Amino acid sequence: MSNIKQALQDRILVLDGAMGTMLQAYKFTEKDFRGERFKDYPTPLQGNNDLLSITQPEAIKTIHGKYFEVGADIVETNTFSGTTIAMADYQMEDLVYELNYQSAKIAKEVADEFTAKEPHKPRFVAGSIGPTNRTASMSPDVNDPGYRAVTFDELRMAYKQQVEALVDGGVDLLLVETVFDTLNAKAALFAIEEVKDERSIDIPIMLSGTITDASGRTLSGQTAEAFLISVSHIPLLSVGFNCALGANLLQPHLEAIANKTDFAISAHPNAGLPNAFGEYDETPDEMGEQIEEYLKKDLINIIGGCCGTSPEHIRVIANIAAKYKPRRAELVSASH
Amino acid sequence: MKLSGLEPLVLNENSNFINVGERTNVAGSRKFLRLIKEEKFDEALDIARHQVDGGAQIIDINFDDGLIDGKEAMIRFLNLIAAEPDICRVPIMIDSSKWEIIEAGLQVVQGKCVVNSISLKEGEDKFIWEAKQIKRYGAAVIVMAFDETGQADNYERRIEIATRSYDVLVNKVGFPSEDIIFDLNIFPVATGMEEHRKNAIDFIEATRWVRQNLENVSVSGGVSNVSFSFRGNDGVREAMHSVFLYHAIQAGMNMGIVNPALLEIYDDIPKDLLERVEDVILDRRDDATERLLDFAETVKGSKVEKGLDLTWRENPLQDRITHALVKGIDAFIIKDIEQAREKADKPIEVIEGHLMIGMNVVGDLFGAGKMFLPQVVKSARVMKKAVGYLNPFIEAEKGDKQEPVGKILMATVKGDVHDIGKNIVSVVLACNNYEIIDLGVMVSPEKIIETAIKERVDAIGLSGLITPSLDEMVYLAKEMQRQNFDLPLLIGGATTSKAHTAVKIDTQYKNAVVHVNDASRAVTVVGDLLNKKTSHEYVAKMKTDYDEFRTKFLKRGKEKLYISINEARDRKYKIDWETSEIVKPKELGVQILKQLSLKELVPFIDWSPFFRSWDLHGKFPDILTDKVVGDQATTMYEEAQEMIQEIIAKQLLKPKAIFGLFEANSINEDDISIQKKGKEVAVFRTLRQQLKKREGIPNHALSDFIMPKETGKKDYMGAFCVGIFGAQELADSYRDKEDDYNAIMAQAIADRFAEAFAEYLHKQVRTKHWGYASNEDLSNQDLIKESYKGIRPAPGYPACPDHLEKETIWELLEVEKLIGVKLTESLAMWPAAAVSGYYFGNPEAKYFGLGKITDDQVTDYAIRKGIAKEKARKWLHPTLAEE
Repeated sequence: MSNIKQALQDRILVLDGAMGTMLQAYKFTEKDFRGERFKDYPTPLQGNNDLLSITQPEAIKTIHGKYFEVGADIVETNTFSGTTIAMADYQMEDLVYELNYQSAKIAKEVADEFTAKEPHKPRFVAGSIGPTNRTASMSPDVNDPGYRAVTFDELRMAYKQQVEALVDGGVDLLLVETVFDTLNAKAALFAIEEVKDERSIDIPIMLSGTITDASGRTLSGQTAEAFLISVSHIPLLSVGFNCALGANLLQPHLEAIANKTDFAISAHPNAGLPNAFGEYDETPDEMGEQIEEYLKKDLINIIGGCCGTSPEHIRVIANIAAKYKPRRAELVSASH
Repeated sequence: MKLSGLEPLVLNENSNFINVGERTNVAGSRKFLRLIKEEKFDEALDIARHQVDGGAQIIDINFDDGLIDGKEAMIRFLNLIAAEPDICRVPIMIDSSKWEIIEAGLQVVQGKCVVNSISLKEGEDKFIWEAKQIKRYGAAVIVMAFDETGQADNYERRIEIATRSYDVLVNKVGFPSEDIIFDLNIFPVATGMEEHRKNAIDFIEATRWVRQNLENVSVSGGVSNVSFSFRGNDGVREAMHSVFLYHAIQAGMNMGIVNPALLEIYDDIPKDLLERVEDVILDRRDDATERLLDFAETVKGSKVEKGLDLTWRENPLQDRITHALVKGIDAFIIKDIEQAREKADKPIEVIEGHLMIGMNVVGDLFGAGKMFLPQVVKSARVMKKAVGYLNPFIEAEKGDKQEPVGKILMATVKGDVHDIGKNIVSVVLACNNYEIIDLGVMVSPEKIIETAIKERVDAIGLSGLITPSLDEMVYLAKEMQRQNFDLPLLIGGATTSKAHTAVKIDTQYKNAVVHVNDASRAVTVVGDLLNKKTSHEYVAKMKTDYDEFRTKFLKRGKEKLYISINEARDRKYKIDWETSEIVKPKELGVQILKQLSLKELVPFIDWSPFFRSWDLHGKFPDILTDKVVGDQATTMYEEAQEMIQEIIAKQLLKPKAIFGLFEANSINEDDISIQKKGKEVAVFRTLRQQLKKREGIPNHALSDFIMPKETGKKDYMGAFCVGIFGAQELADSYRDKEDDYNAIMAQAIADRFAEAFAEYLHKQVRTKHWGYASNEDLSNQDLIKESYKGIRPAPGYPACPDHLEKETIWELLEVEKLIGVKLTESLAMWPAAAVSGYYFGNPEAKYFGLGKITDDQVTDYAIRKGIAKEKARKWLHPTLAEE
């Protein structure tokens, strides 16, 4: 586990690109999503991407493999929606442990294959922990601003279950990502600390927020720096931003936090903004150019892609990253 | 230190002093308290907004008040704040003395907050645990300079506690040192007490030491305390605050609670005043206080009240009468009233004129929160004395009586004997010119109804303290409806609530049923109800209000899950009887204590509830220096001390007690068999918690603390009753002298003595008669906090809400025969100042709340006790989960 901290000292680490975009290419049908095991399941399952770790594991493994091939150091497990809260849409709350465990296991298998082939470049698996589809500090009802659809404790318990399964499945680190409500993230961090405490283990945590629009704030209204302060009580491996914006629009927010923390800085932006058809059409080279700006300014330790990015994007990004030194900040040890 | 709301707040060496807003604190703002009590959260939000607009960089939020559900209020208010970007841009300070409220707050705020506060007061374990949680929630923390032995009040103690707290936080908890803020206790100076002279300078020097020696920490405090002794003289206070801050900030104080309205600019303070204030703050001269006091007269233009100031006697007649009423001074009232009578055409004009003018001033000041309940009751005392003097003259003229604005019937319901609250409300209404027909205590519904018809009253007020009284109130509302009454009904007393009133009483009766638990509200409520022009509208509004409240209340009824009684028994609290230490009492059997001096009980008195009975909220002794009610609390405290001296000297109250220690074993899981020489003489029936709990958390019943019969070994328990006799007679003797203030005071003191007696007796039992804790050495503060081994739960209270068990205690100890404390039909004790309960001595015994139980336990209980299920349901009614 100290491997990744060592690697982080030596070079800029590359995170993988989009999972969803890659899966779209398979054009899986409802039947494919169900597989044999869930053929009689009472709810429609098409669109439940996390389920594919069980029903189409080969596809998931292939995608992980493609990202490692083009130079990614870290891939994310296919578990963005792997909590009881998010799985309630499919009535699959009971399946949460298995989904996370299997996703972690297959990603780790692929990572181990690559590490065996290229021992000088060990590969890592980050357990992906999404924001769920509910917000702890905002009301979904405009007429009742004091109402909350989810409580801190509900989130904490859901996250705890996900974290336990990911750890059991063998992930090397955890990635709390696409944080649009800081309180949700604090519940996730609280759950992770509980698991660490109960099991007497240490596991590095990456945390990545989302600045939703030009206002420069998270969905729950915090500025980049306020967000950073609100999550800095936990010894993180890295903090950064992902999703919602393309690389160029994300840059000022990375700058806003980079000189205010000792944690490593991560970014995995979208391939630009979606076009009129909802598709991301920024090419690998276009995105690469913008990312190179980050590196010139010495902002980054971990870089990857979010919505709309493909192995081709990551290949370009990995090549650029190899030319630069990582941002120098005293890394806070996770056991601090 | 870095904090955040929607925006960051970063403190570093170059930062200016951080000002914390405190108007969103129920102890700091009467208006905020009132708005929260009335659930006017929108207006409460305006206060928060106003503070942020006014420059507060952090807002302190506190809901610690006996009448507020602090946890609910904290969650709701913080959730609402989260939707107001112009407020929640600043960090929140979550302020409570209760951990569950702090935690509830931490769970609903996304930014990095400050927790206010934790301390070593209750030991290192609790301190460490709370600090760990706070760290995990990601907040900074205020640490009070307080430890197991008390509050730091000198330089050395401040440093000692700060150093130890710092060491524990940084080295044992791993708490980031930059997130630690010390509150080093700002205490008043210039009080005239020698030991207070160094209060300010000690704080300042301790601040300097802490900032220099404890790396990265901040220092905070509430500034207005320092000028406490100069209340009423804002000129001097403002100067004192500025001087204090000037020096404290230089020493390193970097945040604090400061009222910007009470702050002078340091450089603008006149040189002569500045010199004297600095002499006091920095303790530079032996006569600093005297010099400032003398000088203060010139600042204010009049002498600061020290000793008797009789200058008001030189004012015109009306001013004197008003002054006497506002200040509650009765020494000259007869003389002034006689003078007024001589001038008036008719004696009644003195009441309608002079006295009413004065009482209107009292009413206005009270309404504006500038006078407090005890002061109003004192005003009433003066008023009564004046009216008493005038009455013979009025009667001599016949038929020319003063018309009251309305007639109110007041009663404590059948079976209940508690009437302090009712008496206070009566007095407040009476001094607002209502005629009060007070039927006293234990009044049957028939009598209330009969009197209401005969006297043609305009409203009925009901009071009660014990839970069966709630059902009495419901019954009376039904009867009033059946007999087609159309009078408003007022409900008050400690167990009543808006929820119970809305759900259970309001639905039974067509006219308004209003819950009034705050004497200060009674006047406006009654005024609105009886105002002929608007009453119709007001009643309709109240009905709708309660209807809405009811709907909301019933809707929010969180789904609580209960388990069957059998399951609950499987999950009982298990003591390891193999190893548990059982101590045989030194003296088994029943004993009576009659020859006890009240003097011995005085140190055992817990004063906080005394102030609460007067609507003054806060913890003793802090309440004496409270910014809002401190003056009033201090006066009352002094008066109470005087009365206690008199009571002791003249033996006006008589304490009596009885207790017994017996062989005991638990049987049938939930019962306790009491034996004398192996023969069963009584059985206590206990109730078991049925709320579904997390794995590993037991479902308690008191019987769990007694060794089961199956073990074949003996265990022991006790029962007791203490009573204070003579309070009623004493109160009546004051009432005969038209002195309601002292009448109520006498009752409140008797209540305190009863509680103190129970505490005293428990200690005697632990250390002497039972003797399991013969080495115990606890301070009285510890006793009040109940930090001793063993418990003394009382029937009717949370661990055993079943009042019926009192009957078993009465039979076992022959309470009535031996010491004369009686039980009413609702099982309230008479005299009212009495406490009864059980003793459990096992070190693992602890207090718990039963919570709600379900029907299966009621059936089981009825069978065990050999009573009809209907009877069981009637008595256990308030604890049933359904409905």
